Amino acid sequence: MDKLRVLFEIGLRNLFARMMNVVIGGIILVGTLMVVAGGSLVSSVDESVSKSLRGSVTGDLQIYNGKSKEDVAVFGSNTGGDVDLTPMLSFPKVEAAVRSVPNVKDVVPMGIASALVNSGNTVDLTLEELRGLVKREEEEGRTPELDAQRESMKSHVQQIVSVIQDDRKNLDALIKRTAEDREADKDLVHAGSNDFWKNFEKDPDASLEFLENRVAPQVADADMLPLRYVGTDTVKFQRAFDRMTIVDGTSIPVGHRGFLFNKYTYEEMLKLRSARRLDKIKDALANGSTLAQDATLQRYVKENRNQPREIQLQLDPLKTKTAVARLQKDLGSTETNLAALLNAFFDTNDQNFSTRYDAFYRDLAPLLQLYRLRVGDVLTIKAFTKSGYQQSVNVKIYGTFLFKGLEKSSLAGAFNIMDLMSFRSLYGYLTSEKMQEISAIQKEAGAKSVDRAHAEDELFGEGASTSPTVTRSQSASTSELKDDASASALAGTGKAARRKRASTETFTQEQLDDGIVLNAAVTLHDPTKLDVTLKAIDAATSAQKLEIKTATWLQASGRLGQFVYLIKLVLFVAVLIIFIVLMVVMNNAVVMATLQRIREIGTVRAIGGGRGFVVMMILVESIVLGLVFGGVGALLGMGLITVLHAVGIRATSDQLFFFFGGPRLFPAVGWGSVFTGFFIVLFVTTLSTLYPAWLAMRVSPLRAMQSDD
Amino acid sequence: MASIVSIVDVVKEYKLGKVVVPALRGVSLEVQQGEFISIAGPSGSGKTTLLNLIGCVDTATRGHVVVNGKNTMNLSDRALTDLRLNTLGFIFQSFNLVSVLSVFQNIEFPLLLQQRYTRGERQKRVLELIEQVGLASHTRHRPNELSGGQRQRVAVARALVTRPKIILADEPTANLDSVTGQNIIDLMKDINAKDGTTFIFSTHDPKVMKHANAVIMLADGEVKGRMTPEASIHEVVGL
Repeated sequence: MDKLRVLFEIGLRNLFARMMNVVIGGIILVGTLMVVAGGSLVSSVDESVSKSLRGSVTGDLQIYNGKSKEDVAVFGSNTGGDVDLTPMLSFPKVEAAVRSVPNVKDVVPMGIASALVNSGNTVDLTLEELRGLVKREEEEGRTPELDAQRESMKSHVQQIVSVIQDDRKNLDALIKRTAEDREADKDLVHAGSNDFWKNFEKDPDASLEFLENRVAPQVADADMLPLRYVGTDTVKFQRAFDRMTIVDGTSIPVGHRGFLFNKYTYEEMLKLRSARRLDKIKDALANGSTLAQDATLQRYVKENRNQPREIQLQLDPLKTKTAVARLQKDLGSTETNLAALLNAFFDTNDQNFSTRYDAFYRDLAPLLQLYRLRVGDVLTIKAFTKSGYQQSVNVKIYGTFLFKGLEKSSLAGAFNIMDLMSFRSLYGYLTSEKMQEISAIQKEAGAKSVDRAHAEDELFGEGASTSPTVTRSQSASTSELKDDASASALAGTGKAARRKRASTETFTQEQLDDGIVLNAAVTLHDPTKLDVTLKAIDAATSAQKLEIKTATWLQASGRLGQFVYLIKLVLFVAVLIIFIVLMVVMNNAVVMATLQRIREIGTVRAIGGGRGFVVMMILVESIVLGLVFGGVGALLGMGLITVLHAVGIRATSDQLFFFFGGPRLFPAVGWGSVFTGFFIVLFVTTLSTLYPAWLAMRVSPLRAMQSDD
Repeated sequence: MASIVSIVDVVKEYKLGKVVVPALRGVSLEVQQGEFISIAGPSGSGKTTLLNLIGCVDTATRGHVVVNGKNTMNLSDRALTDLRLNTLGFIFQSFNLVSVLSVFQNIEFPLLLQQRYTRGERQKRVLELIEQVGLASHTRHRPNELSGGQRQRVAVARALVTRPKIILADEPTANLDSVTGQNIIDLMKDINAKDGTTFIFSTHDPKVMKHANAVIMLADGEVKGRMTPEASIHEVVGL
């Protein structure tokens, strides 16, 4: 023990006796610092991602049909599309089996899919309002109030036509016009003529049709919104994911069809673009960016200045007048052209931005429709069913929601919520309710169901009846094709009828439970017992002979989970490179140091030190070097993480928001990283000292007798 | 009196490429316990080689080297190490102290290698020796804070600390001025007289030779004779 103490003392005293030791120590220090700080950061990000994923959609575990061709991937497959999951047909049984595992807290049925939704353009929306007024007048008769509204709306459409005409004139200077363009120009001239508007009174339907078919398509501000939605039992979802908070409107009432927009999607995709850009600039300035230096913010300003049409199209002549007056006051200008005023108004810099931002929301926003879709509107979602047919449903937008702490996360923010019944309609799988409905129609029509195998006999055999016959498979696909459309045909005809249906149709909990589910999130009482619970769920479902696969939240997050692995891999490779370099440098340095100490080693041998003692001497010296410099590196790394924990690392992009689990990452010292760092340092130093130690062991005591020369 | 070192017809040859260079050519001698003996001779005569063979840091090509009754030709590396640790003490021409250890730690070092004594025993013995070599006020000093003479005193103390039967000193005064060299020789002689420790030291300095009981004169790898100090001085001066 005393011998070891002296060896440590020699090692300790040798630390700063040679410049080479300081260099090696420096490398060890930096390496350990990187392992400790980097490792702690990665494990903090890992934990935050876990928090983000578990708290938003994946839950702790995901279960899905074991017959599925692909594994569940909540955020989509590697190619970006949805994964092909085979539906679970007897979900209540599955749920009961999963709930029999004690650690299971909740089971939330789901189906995740994407669709493109046309939000309609400004002209479409204005024309729809005008058509509504015309219809009301037809039904309720003319009143002075309706007349005034109708006149205002007509002026608005005329204003829109005038704005488009101005755009067209500007385009003349820029591009060569085709015959098609000239045809479109003629339509605009016609729509702007007095004759057209005189004729509008005589035949409003034909005039509206002309405007809808020939003028509206010329405005290209309609967006196809890519919507990703989770069809779910909204009550269970809200209970299981308590980070979910309603921002505007209400939750979808129990037993109702409906849609909840994620606040992030709602702001990002449905808000008036100029307003959205102003919000983004405001956020960035609050986070320390400046308009003078940030190129992205400068682009936003430029786009706001050059794209005033979105605002112009929304304003009827009266509102235009108000807007012009307010902008003149705000800018102290006498300019009368709205586009020129908007251009000047949006010309913001670090000095005037705050004033202009307030002025926008005070003076202009009340005149505008800030969001394309509002709470209470009915959204038509069209999607392709599993069989490839297009299907559509109308769902009422009940409100918007967010996941607390993930407000600005583009990944968590991409998930909107829909009731499970509407999801099933879009997915195109027949529910038992639908089957009954179809059989009722068939019965009413005198049709009977015949299997394909017996179809020939039934049709042409002796027992062939004269009543219309459909095969079962045909019946299924026909119903799939029509679905809502056929159902709505029973309730009435046209858009209004569908809308009415969308807002009034209800369903029972039994109907909700009795139907297909693609996957389900499982939340746990104790998430640390993930693996044990996963095995228990597998055992419980196997015992019930249910072919169910279970995936952890990380596996279920698909490519996103792989991304976290990628970050870890990058860190691992960086550490590996550092330590390979360290090992080579250290090996060389210790060899050199050993050669310089041959006489000292020879002396130790001459005065009675054995070969083993010499090996120990070299090894202990290196270990002391590793411990001291590695210790300082680990302490510095821990200090750095502690400082970062106090200050927080700001999420500078929406993606980082997700990875940080909020607006800032507060990394914590990962003791695993500290121990790993220390272990690696000791391992590397020992390994790189073996060869020099072997050289030292072979030094003859005779070398002690040699002179300094 | 019993021979503590017995050398019989020892030949030592070095190979320099294909050329064989003889360093010792059939040397035989006996050293009795308690002797204070000097090995003298001009440079290249084989003094250091002879000391190395006695000190078990080198092995003879032919012949027998018996130290404290053990024929070193038949011993393993481990046994030779044990012999060096427990029976022999070394004083080097260049002191060969461990630069990062203090005076106390340098002297304590061989005791630690022996792993035989408690901390208290070690401390007692080291402090006694430090006192004996006159470095009581320098216990915590590092070698680079000491003069040449002081360093050699530390080396003497380190050689003595295990209470070896034989102390080998290779030109112990070569790097010291004459006064300091004299002091070191006095110190060695004093210990020899007090404890009966056998001292074998090489030198070509007549002033050092005169303190020896006997001088073994070497020339060209052969023993010219075992003579009195006065005769050896005459021989050296005569050369």
